[in-house]
Amino acid sequence: MTLEDLRGHPGRRRRERIIRSVFFIAATLAILISVGIVLSLLGDTIVFLQGIDAGALVADVWQPRSGEYGLSTIIAGTFVIAVIAMIVATPLGLGAAIYLAEYASPRMRGWLKPILEILATIPSVVLGFFALTVLSPTIVQSVCPGNTPVFTMASAGIAVGILITPLIASISEDAMYAVPNNLREASYGIGATKRTTSLRIVVPAAVSGIVASLIVGFSRAIGETMIVAIAAGGVGGATFNLNPCLPGQTMTGAMTVIAIGSDAVGGGVAFHSLFFVGLLLFFMTLALNLVSEAFVRRMRKGY
Amino acid sequence: MAASPQALRPPQSATEAVEQAIMGQRRDWRSVVFELALLASLLIALGVLIWLLTDIFIGAIPVFQERDLVDFLTAPTSSNPLTAGIGQALFGSLLLMLFVAVLAIPIGVASAVYLEEYATDNAVTRLINTTVRNLAGVPAVVYGLLGIAVFVVLLRPWTGGPSVISGGFTLAIVVLPITVIASAEALRAVPGAIREAGFGVGATKWEVIRYHVLPYAMPGVLTGTILTIGRAFGETAPLLLVGALTGFFSVAASASVVERLQGPYTSLPTIIFSWSRQPRTEFRELTAAAIIVLLVLVLIINGLAIILRNRYARKW
Repeated sequence: MTLEDLRGHPGRRRRERIIRSVFFIAATLAILISVGIVLSLLGDTIVFLQGIDAGALVADVWQPRSGEYGLSTIIAGTFVIAVIAMIVATPLGLGAAIYLAEYASPRMRGWLKPILEILATIPSVVLGFFALTVLSPTIVQSVCPGNTPVFTMASAGIAVGILITPLIASISEDAMYAVPNNLREASYGIGATKRTTSLRIVVPAAVSGIVASLIVGFSRAIGETMIVAIAAGGVGGATFNLNPCLPGQTMTGAMTVIAIGSDAVGGGVAFHSLFFVGLLLFFMTLALNLVSEAFVRRMRKGY
Repeated sequence: MAASPQALRPPQSATEAVEQAIMGQRRDWRSVVFELALLASLLIALGVLIWLLTDIFIGAIPVFQERDLVDFLTAPTSSNPLTAGIGQALFGSLLLMLFVAVLAIPIGVASAVYLEEYATDNAVTRLINTTVRNLAGVPAVVYGLLGIAVFVVLLRPWTGGPSVISGGFTLAIVVLPITVIASAEALRAVPGAIREAGFGVGATKWEVIRYHVLPYAMPGVLTGTILTIGRAFGETAPLLLVGALTGFFSVAASASVVERLQGPYTSLPTIIFSWSRQPRTEFRELTAAAIIVLLVLVLIINGLAIILRNRYARKW
């Protein structure tokens, strides 16, 4: 018997090689898509930047219709809404995560976990409608002083917070679940209460994963589009403003408004501004995702 | 020590005496408050969910009372709230899901098979893995821009511009990374012994994957991919960019299949977005009714995934 006999039929080996390369091509598609995104964004961004004078970008008004592309306006709007979302989602998400990971009995877990899972399946258009028709007239208009408009950044921000709560809860619960039990037992052994053990032992041990969950949540809040497009206002232009009780425009919201043609007719300079805003958004979320991944890697190395 | 709480009640037994000596009789109120606060965060989430569902349900009641359900589900979009329906939107969403199922699922599973079964740990594999994870984090609206550049502009002769073909391809790309991640997870859960048994009796790599690994991983893969479709069903932002219409449109009855595929289209979430911006109360009610239909469909899709998961859940 020679080595040649053990190798098997050449036809069979050829088939193996072909199948392997088919799978490989499917896998490389991800790289192709990434390159495609960057190229398609860059191309039109250059067209846009050549079509306007640089002064238009530093205006404090975002109004594509009149050629004013004040970036500070939509970046401020994006961050106001994302910060409100984090204020809502951080205590809710982390509280839910600590309860599910440390306190809930398996039976309670079976009842409580689906709440977050169902909340996670609600499409964002639905939350946008909820923000506009329910959150805005109830919570926002009773908290905000004076005559508050229907479209506010606050209502959109709260709804985005509801959207990212299940995300933050599930990632940080996983992180706390991964904390080995001997750490908890050591803590109980020296007489610590459950509360002390949760807050002083488990949370610090899982901190990388918790931080990662917050960064992912923030990144998702920045990229959230439909809630903002429905509830935050800012259609037809917005001025620089940090007050959550007023309407505002975000990067994502500005993109939808241009895309559906409320702000400009297709094909003009305003249309190309879509790609410029998209490119900024792409790099912002990419940076956040890379940072959160670094935290997750640190967590995995821990134990 | 005379005022210490232990002195208030004499211990009844030795065990109790020791317990009192260690813990004291005071309750640790801060622990109780802390636990209640944690539970409250889950109850707030539940409260929001109930509030949302009841509010939308109540808002939708007039539509379901005054209109024939079949009429609402089949009528075309219209600027007249009395006749407007979601027929075209449902049809569009159904076609889009078909594209997602046909494009994203096979390619996603294939690329997961490569990453989990074939790939060795080298620079290319690491690059692909990082790229997939980062793509999953890119906001969906950015994919819409890719859709404009590639499908609406570059491939216009085939897609017909802002058509359901462009929308379907774009949506498939949006969900591809999540499909890869979910399928890879399912493949990773298949223990190595299954593969080694196959190799041991002389099977090739492909034979092991085809007859051993994939059948075992299938429930997990299916659950993941169905959840993906549920996610795609509610996705709106990228479709707005690649031309899903927010208003009335009509398709000639004589239009051929190709003409219909290359023609104007809309989807259920797109119509919800468009109606939610109308100031008239009739449209508020229509929006709520359309949301009920959307939620029911998303719930059916996700329920299917959960049933599959529970039915075929396997412990190794």
